[in-house]
Amino acid sequence: MDYFAQQLINGIVLGSIYGLIAIGYTMVYGIVGMINFAHGDIFMIGGFIALISFLILVSIGLTVVPVILLIVLLVSMAITALYGWTVERIAYRPLRHSFRLAPMLSAIGMSFVLSNYSQVAQGARVKPVPPIITGGYTLLEQNGFVVRLSNVQIIVVVTTIVLLAIFTWLVARTRLGRDMRACEQDQTMAALLGVDVDRTISMTFVIGAALAAVAGMMYLLYYGLVDFYMGFVAGIKAFTAAVLGGIGSLPGAMLGGLAIGLIETLWSAYFSVEYKDVAAFSILIIVLIFLPTGLLGRPEVEKV
Amino acid sequence: MGDGVTTAAPALTQIPRAPGIAFILKKALISALVALVLFSLMIGIRTEAGPTGQLIYWTRFGDLAAMVAAVFGGSIIVELLRQWWGPVGTIRIIPPRLQSTLAVARRGIAPVLLIFTFLVPVIFYDQRYILDLGILVLTYVMLGWGLNVVVGLAGLLDLGYVAFYAVGAYSYALLATNFGLSFWVCLPLAGILAAFWGMMLGFPVLRLRGDYLAIVTLAFGEIIRLVIINWQSLTGGPNGVSGIPRPTFFGIPLVPGPDGLAAKLGIEFSPTHRIVFLFYLILGLALLTNWVTIRLRRLPIGRAWEALREDEVACRALGINITTTKLTAFATGAMFGGFAGAFFATRQGFISPESFTFQESALVLAIVVLGGMGSQLGVALAALTMIGGFELFRGLEQYRMLVFGVAMVLLMIWRPRGLIGHRAPTVFLRHSQAISSDLVKEGHG
Repeated sequence: MDYFAQQLINGIVLGSIYGLIAIGYTMVYGIVGMINFAHGDIFMIGGFIALISFLILVSIGLTVVPVILLIVLLVSMAITALYGWTVERIAYRPLRHSFRLAPMLSAIGMSFVLSNYSQVAQGARVKPVPPIITGGYTLLEQNGFVVRLSNVQIIVVVTTIVLLAIFTWLVARTRLGRDMRACEQDQTMAALLGVDVDRTISMTFVIGAALAAVAGMMYLLYYGLVDFYMGFVAGIKAFTAAVLGGIGSLPGAMLGGLAIGLIETLWSAYFSVEYKDVAAFSILIIVLIFLPTGLLGRPEVEKV
Repeated sequence: MGDGVTTAAPALTQIPRAPGIAFILKKALISALVALVLFSLMIGIRTEAGPTGQLIYWTRFGDLAAMVAAVFGGSIIVELLRQWWGPVGTIRIIPPRLQSTLAVARRGIAPVLLIFTFLVPVIFYDQRYILDLGILVLTYVMLGWGLNVVVGLAGLLDLGYVAFYAVGAYSYALLATNFGLSFWVCLPLAGILAAFWGMMLGFPVLRLRGDYLAIVTLAFGEIIRLVIINWQSLTGGPNGVSGIPRPTFFGIPLVPGPDGLAAKLGIEFSPTHRIVFLFYLILGLALLTNWVTIRLRRLPIGRAWEALREDEVACRALGINITTTKLTAFATGAMFGGFAGAFFATRQGFISPESFTFQESALVLAIVVLGGMGSQLGVALAALTMIGGFELFRGLEQYRMLVFGVAMVLLMIWRPRGLIGHRAPTVFLRHSQAISSDLVKEGHG
């Protein structure tokens, strides 16, 4: 039981990170109708920027951990958001009305560009950082097995919840959110009613990238390392999460992220670590067979 | 900072009639500013694990300045080119004489290319490098033609094609090393096994379409790769399978000595014989793929594939069995992938999971899409361009994938429908049929 509780905690933390990435996929899919393959790499870039800004802040002698974290968070969100904007501007906007496969291939190309760019710029080796946040609480101690909740885990989950609250408010209550929902339903009609479609789509990419940057930073805090290849696998899993939750649905993305995180953690804990990715992908295939619209998605009616 | 740039974006999309120097400079300045922020940390600072394992960093402001300057200059050049070229979408009228010359050239290019390919081992007999490159290009031509059945003809987006390549390669490698079966026995077996896996993939994805299909095939490809890595007792895991036997000339080995083909023919042995043999082998396999595809296109099943690509719902309404149509497409494409995989294993003599990553799938898909989705000639030309281009950048080892990615994005923007846009169905009505008004209530039909 305690073992299970510990795995549950780990799974929820991992799931929060996946959920944050998945929101970017699901938003873009909802509005533009394309899989943004480069999104996983945006997450990786976010991790790198967090790492570099952290190093600089430490070396100029800043020691107050909350201040460091806040600055790192803001810097990586801002710069990564600009990456998201630039990717959309260069690789997707010229193909907005092109045939269906073109933006997808362009996105795959962009994904190669980003991951190899950071390999060239920062080297291929894994970058480790010493644990930034230490300490934690012992929740339960039984038969020599300790269930621990570390401070990093608390920070990851709390940040995720706060960001989700802000984000939900943004989509539900602000002008931008209304524009986004309008574009999701009908771009032409939205444009006729005075919504700047290009700007709204750009902002979608910016917000998605900012959330991915947060996920990248959380990943850095939690695992203590980044490398140029981490975006690919994390990206596929986050996309799996988005599909699992029902693509286009924001609460679905978070739910799917949690589900994938839990499945992966529990599978590694009880079966085998080697096949955890196989388990996650198999779940994706099984869900799509029996529940093609995901957990919270709306069924799509196709007409000729 | 995102805001200042975003508000400038609409101005960029509406190009005025004759934008002045000020406009171009302003645009270049914005680009340079964006580049400065983007590259500031990623290029301006370089991190590396120091001798004690602690991360250290040093600055590279020179590189950063060079990159920003390059973006500034590049942006001006692009803007000038855009003005010179005129707005996108302008129809350029080609003079009729040039048009007919182009048409002749287009018809002539396939036979010329084919004859040239047949002559490559003769012309470049002494140049091992060119022969090896030719084999590589032909392998990708074959993979491209195989995937073309799935993506180009049936319109099913498959991002996990490399899985079948892997199945074929491992089938031959394991059958040959464990049971001593020869290449010519294993080749059909590899094809059958890959086709079987194609069906395995086909069943769950029958109801999916578009992007969902893409992501499931991608997941499938990754599952196969992960299983190969982790099932160490069978596949050797990350170490791969080595000592895979070389192909024989229908049972006669290509080795020096009295049993070899050279001795039987009474000519002097040379290691180039094997390379030439491999060249003609893959050429034969590729042409087989091409021939089967062209023939299949004329059969009802090929027509059903094209109908499926054009419109699935309409296709179903016409009474075409979607299940068999999709499964045969997956199985046929997978079979050719399996053949190519078996060839790859026998050529390399060693295979490992590293050869079957997602990048390979993306490369083959890029070849098919660049080739124009369904055009056999286009796929061959695209494979030649891509693999040849890849070889050109071999010297810049670490920049190769970067250049590949940039090329993929630029090609998509420049020609979203591929080098040879060809998506017309094989059959269509030659004359539009006017229906007389008394047959239709509202007038013309």
